[in-house]
Amino acid sequence: MELRDIKALIALMRENGLTELEVEDKKGKIRLVRTADFVPPEPVRSAQPPPRPVVAVAGAPHPGGATAVELAENQSLLRSPMVGTFYRASAPDAAPFVQEGDTVQKGQPLCIVEAMKMMNEIESEIAGRVVKILVENGQPVEYDQPLMVIETAV
Amino acid sequence: MFKKLLVANRGTIAVRIIRACRELGIPTVAVYSTADKSAMHVRMADESVCIGPPAAQDSYLNIQSVVSAAIAYGADAVHPGYGFLSENGDFAEACQRSGLHFVGPRARHIRLMGDKPRALRIMKKAGVPVLPGSEGTGVTELREAQAQAKALGFPVLIKAAAGGGGKGMRVVRNAEQLTRLFPQARSESEAAFGSRKMYLEKYLERARHVEFQILADTRRNVIHLGERDCSIQRRHQKVLEESPCPVLNSRLRERMGKAAVRAAEVVGYSNVGTVEFLLTPDGDFYFIEMNTRIQVEHGVTEMVTGIDLVKESLLLAMGETLRIKQRQVTLKGSAIECRIYAEDPDLHLPSPGVVSNHHSPGGLGVRVETALYDGYRVPVHYDPLVAKLIVHADNRELAIARSKAALREYIIDGIKTNIPLHLKILDDPDFRAGQVATDFLTRYEPQHDPAASRPARRQHASVS
Repeated sequence: MELRDIKALIALMRENGLTELEVEDKKGKIRLVRTADFVPPEPVRSAQPPPRPVVAVAGAPHPGGATAVELAENQSLLRSPMVGTFYRASAPDAAPFVQEGDTVQKGQPLCIVEAMKMMNEIESEIAGRVVKILVENGQPVEYDQPLMVIETAV
Repeated sequence: MFKKLLVANRGTIAVRIIRACRELGIPTVAVYSTADKSAMHVRMADESVCIGPPAAQDSYLNIQSVVSAAIAYGADAVHPGYGFLSENGDFAEACQRSGLHFVGPRARHIRLMGDKPRALRIMKKAGVPVLPGSEGTGVTELREAQAQAKALGFPVLIKAAAGGGGKGMRVVRNAEQLTRLFPQARSESEAAFGSRKMYLEKYLERARHVEFQILADTRRNVIHLGERDCSIQRRHQKVLEESPCPVLNSRLRERMGKAAVRAAEVVGYSNVGTVEFLLTPDGDFYFIEMNTRIQVEHGVTEMVTGIDLVKESLLLAMGETLRIKQRQVTLKGSAIECRIYAEDPDLHLPSPGVVSNHHSPGGLGVRVETALYDGYRVPVHYDPLVAKLIVHADNRELAIARSKAALREYIIDGIKTNIPLHLKILDDPDFRAGQVATDFLTRYEPQHDPAASRPARRQHASVS
């Protein structure tokens, strides 16, 4: 489903005062739910996995917090193992663990998720390269929320 | 007014809390496990946060995850609902330490009332009638249990000192049964509550479970909102509750109500709570325990008193003085709650599945509390209580008729429910005559109940 199709559906909803809309066709299925704060649509996987899976980055609590990320074959997501606050570095004045473009080893700490004043280092599960950091320093994150895109060597 | 409230629960009670918050203008944050992504409470709250995988201990029971979510997402208050962490003193304390308002009593009340033998000792000292039993430090060894049983005389009830909900509970009628069942009950208690401490109580045959609703503020104002008869239970899990209790007259109500208020006053209790009694056919009553949370069956009291208990719990947690005076509390008409479980009505095993053709009943005096909707997949990981049908009418006879009509109207396809059992109960001559005791439901146990021989309970956070 193209972005312009989704935008057309959103307009359709607004014009007709709809709060929920679900559409299924050959290309896939999508469900849109309209709330007071704008929540970007949540793509649903169709029967055949598309070659480039589109993953909605959860960010519903924060307006404008969601991003759709396209992953290539050799890319995977680092997901938060807990709910808390995301930090790039071990201390406010310290250098970030990693920058976009850095090569990382398996087991290397990439960031911190702080929960109830406990700093939990999040380690990389694979060796590769940090392609993109998806959340901001100090941003609240949920369980399973994608934090970074890591690329392995092709 | 709270800036933002985090609902530390799921299902029906989470929906209930969100509704009360909406009325008060309090923004809400729902927490959910990955199994509850499409749950009703997640859809209704203003914001939602995923806090863990499906297992309750990694999500709804995980203190760190819940408190962390509250802090990270800007909540200043937490409502624990019932079950899960609602009677966990460590959770209440963690909230308090993190600067969050916990909607409930203080952590010390939770801990005190959670230690059953200790609570009994305090009540006895305060002049609240208690059952003859080991209000001492509890027993862990069979030898000690045998000595206690001898002193009390059979039959006795073995109970877990650290918890309730039927876990670790066994009726024992003779010495042989005690030898066999005491270790069983103790293991069950250890698995459920992490404690091998048990206690024994004289077991009363044909007793009714009658509990009183308490409201208290932090300025020592305590009132009761009348009683609920919860005698219809299966293996110590409530199935149907009603108010008023059909055999209570105003004199007995006043005496029991006073005892309930005394129980709350003597520990300096605040917020909502429930004092449980056993009532004998002779009209003697005994304090059993106090539940330091809002209860599943709170809606029954709401219907007969007209008081919104969840709203009151929020207002009291905000530090408001209790506005309701005891003399203003009256019980009008009769209310019955049918707990609808997603379970096979004959085998009493959970029945997960996808709900279809969901149609809940309506009309005057018909209230449905549920998080079900068409297309909802009832998960396997949690308590099978999926809906509460609460009916109110001018008198008990009408309430029974209205309940039957509402149950007949209620359609939930895709899962099995115990609605057929409720219809049996409502047609039962003893029930209709108001003559029940806590053994009432045994008459509807199938002859060869495979679950009856197993001491095992469902593997989830229990809800009473």
